[in-house]
Amino acid sequence: MNRESIFAFGGGGLSLAIIWTVIAGAFAALVMTAAGGEGPSATLSDPYLWRVVRFTLWQAALSTILSVGFAVPVARAFARRRGFAGRRVLLALFALPLALPALVVVLGVVEVWGRTGWFNGLAEVAGFEPALNVYGLSGILLAHVFFNLPLATRLLLAHLDRVPAENWRLASQLDMPATAVWRFIEWPVLKAALPGAASLVFMLCVTSFTVVLTLGGGPRATTIEVAIYQALRFDFDPVRAVTLALLQLVLCGVLVISAGRITGDMQAQPSLGKRAARADLDGWIGDAVVIGLAGLFVLLPLVAIVTSAVRSDLARLAVETAMWQAIFTSTWVALSAAALCLILTAGLLSAVRASQRRHAGKPFFEWNTDVAGSLILVMPPIVLGAGWFVLLRGVGDIFTLAPLVVIIVNALMALPFVLRVLGPAVAQANLDHGRLCASLDLAGWNRLRLVDWPVLQRPLALALAFAMALSIGDLGVIALFGSEDFTTLPFLLYQRFGTYRIDDAAGLALILTVYCLGLIALADRVRGERRKVTG
Amino acid sequence: MSGVGLKLSDVRFAYADWQVQFDMDVAPGWFVAVIGPSGAGKSTLLNLVAGFEQPSSGAILIDGEDVCALPPARRPVTMLFQDHNLFAHLDIHTNVALGISPALKLTAADRDRITAAFDRVGLSGLERRRPGELSGGQRQRAAIARALVRDKPLLLLDEPFAALGPALKNDMLDLVAEIHREGHMTVLMVSHDPQDARRAASHTVFLDEGGVVALDQTKALFARKDLAGLKAYLGA
Repeated sequence: MNRESIFAFGGGGLSLAIIWTVIAGAFAALVMTAAGGEGPSATLSDPYLWRVVRFTLWQAALSTILSVGFAVPVARAFARRRGFAGRRVLLALFALPLALPALVVVLGVVEVWGRTGWFNGLAEVAGFEPALNVYGLSGILLAHVFFNLPLATRLLLAHLDRVPAENWRLASQLDMPATAVWRFIEWPVLKAALPGAASLVFMLCVTSFTVVLTLGGGPRATTIEVAIYQALRFDFDPVRAVTLALLQLVLCGVLVISAGRITGDMQAQPSLGKRAARADLDGWIGDAVVIGLAGLFVLLPLVAIVTSAVRSDLARLAVETAMWQAIFTSTWVALSAAALCLILTAGLLSAVRASQRRHAGKPFFEWNTDVAGSLILVMPPIVLGAGWFVLLRGVGDIFTLAPLVVIIVNALMALPFVLRVLGPAVAQANLDHGRLCASLDLAGWNRLRLVDWPVLQRPLALALAFAMALSIGDLGVIALFGSEDFTTLPFLLYQRFGTYRIDDAAGLALILTVYCLGLIALADRVRGERRKVTG
Repeated sequence: MSGVGLKLSDVRFAYADWQVQFDMDVAPGWFVAVIGPSGAGKSTLLNLVAGFEQPSSGAILIDGEDVCALPPARRPVTMLFQDHNLFAHLDIHTNVALGISPALKLTAADRDRITAAFDRVGLSGLERRRPGELSGGQRQRAAIARALVRDKPLLLLDEPFAALGPALKNDMLDLVAEIHREGHMTVLMVSHDPQDARRAASHTVFLDEGGVVALDQTKALFARKDLAGLKAYLGA
């Protein structure tokens, strides 16, 4: 083994050691607390616990059925109508909800569907009683559908886009009516894509924290994640928190295993070959109504976020030291988390690359990187945070160690996404340049300086921005560890929202949104090699 | 430096359920075209010689010395790939200079050699361009310039001209043939087109089903009637 391999394997080993220590530490703390005393069995027979579990599954199932159910006609309509003006913009908007901090989305949903919101206002004008109460199950469902309907639509549309052009040509040659096209082409494709999309949405809804914390939270509308938070922050009942955390872990594990690999065939791939004209497109009105309704559903809360922010007193917020303090805290926490995440990822990927070069059996690092990546998806940040909360409770003052825990947990949270951005980029760069570098003896520092850095600059910037945005928008761990002395932007926003200072919340939400989206936009503009050149 | 001999004796390599076994003897200074149907092992042969693949057994002798234990950079070999011969983000002068020093530490003599190489391949004045600003043929010329400054006695070509049009491809073949005639290298060139072999190669080896079927002077090989596989491949 040469020096470079030793270096790469050392770095990869260190990264793995850190990741496993953080995960195992949290896990061990949870299990040990649960094992000590007679607490867990008492908790397990607590009807409250099972009510929470039932509600978690119930709201997730409803959210999934609504999101994916509506996504089917919407995706079909988008697939049928490829030419209309604004289609690209609309689809781009459909990518927005998942990129926005959940708190901001909640605010937008409240503005539109809340008691004094647009919808109830319209109902009142029309002479109906304002009937919709956004706090509770209906609000949770609205917010979850707002998040996941666009996601499911894009996933299903990607599958429809992959139908080979020959199929459409054949359909028009055989003069298939729309019903036959649905039966023989569209539905088989969608049917194959539905389990994947549904299990992803279900998983996202089971682990949803912010939406349920803000719109639910009462005894009738609490999920496991929120119950963990309440047990630790309000009831000081670590045993119940641990029982809940272990339950959540088991639940997520079962879900992931039963859904197969949730990271599998999910990404949209550009369809190959020329797109064929379709002959089955009669009746555009139906498609227009479906696309219009879905568009309004996604667009209105986004508009509401902006209009309410404009109404809010940004000038007064701007002179508040609390806000500037929160921005400052958010920035250094996010920067540290993103940097830590990138360092861990770099270690893992360089080890993966080195092990591929020696191609001996199933590479140990590749396997470990995969497992660590998906384990973090299974282990919700709040569970990770809860584990370390319980562990550190014995060591000293939790709130002095809070920033460190938040940074580490945020870094691990971002790891699967950063791996997904950087992994393929590194693999492609290695595929393009690996042999050339080997034959020119380009290794170590020289390779890093002359080849890897210039080629990977762009994905690196994107990964850094993603990791930062994820950390800045996060209200999971910070809800556990936040305090007067350690307040990030989402934490401050949550406090203002919780005390019904909606104007302040709207202003903060705008700042948060601009910050997150600005980061991603900035990364997108980083100069790099866009042209694909074969040398 | 004149070319070196290349000898493969019972070189075996397996990938999944596909395997090759090569025995071959190339004398110094030959220009050998490697032809055969796809899956015959043409690229694998070159990858084994260059060190990008490791044989499970057998010996690869370059100039009488077994190179199997050596990493690609330590073998007296330059290989031109079908694409990605250049780093797209570096100008072609830097790309060529990397052939001399991976740290880009160049002496005045090195710079003179680079200038001469650019002259030789007809790219003078374009040194500061990036690969993206050049045509496909110019990019492969730059790769040949790097092969010149590397000055390794064995040159392996893995269809580097396959994507070029017929006229341009002939120009490149002629350039390689000239460089070969100037006495610098032994050449192994994979090709899909028997015309390439006839045009540039002194010898041709025909591979089929993971092994060497025949290695002969190019004219003599194409004249042979006794090889069923070759007849099927050529379709004549």
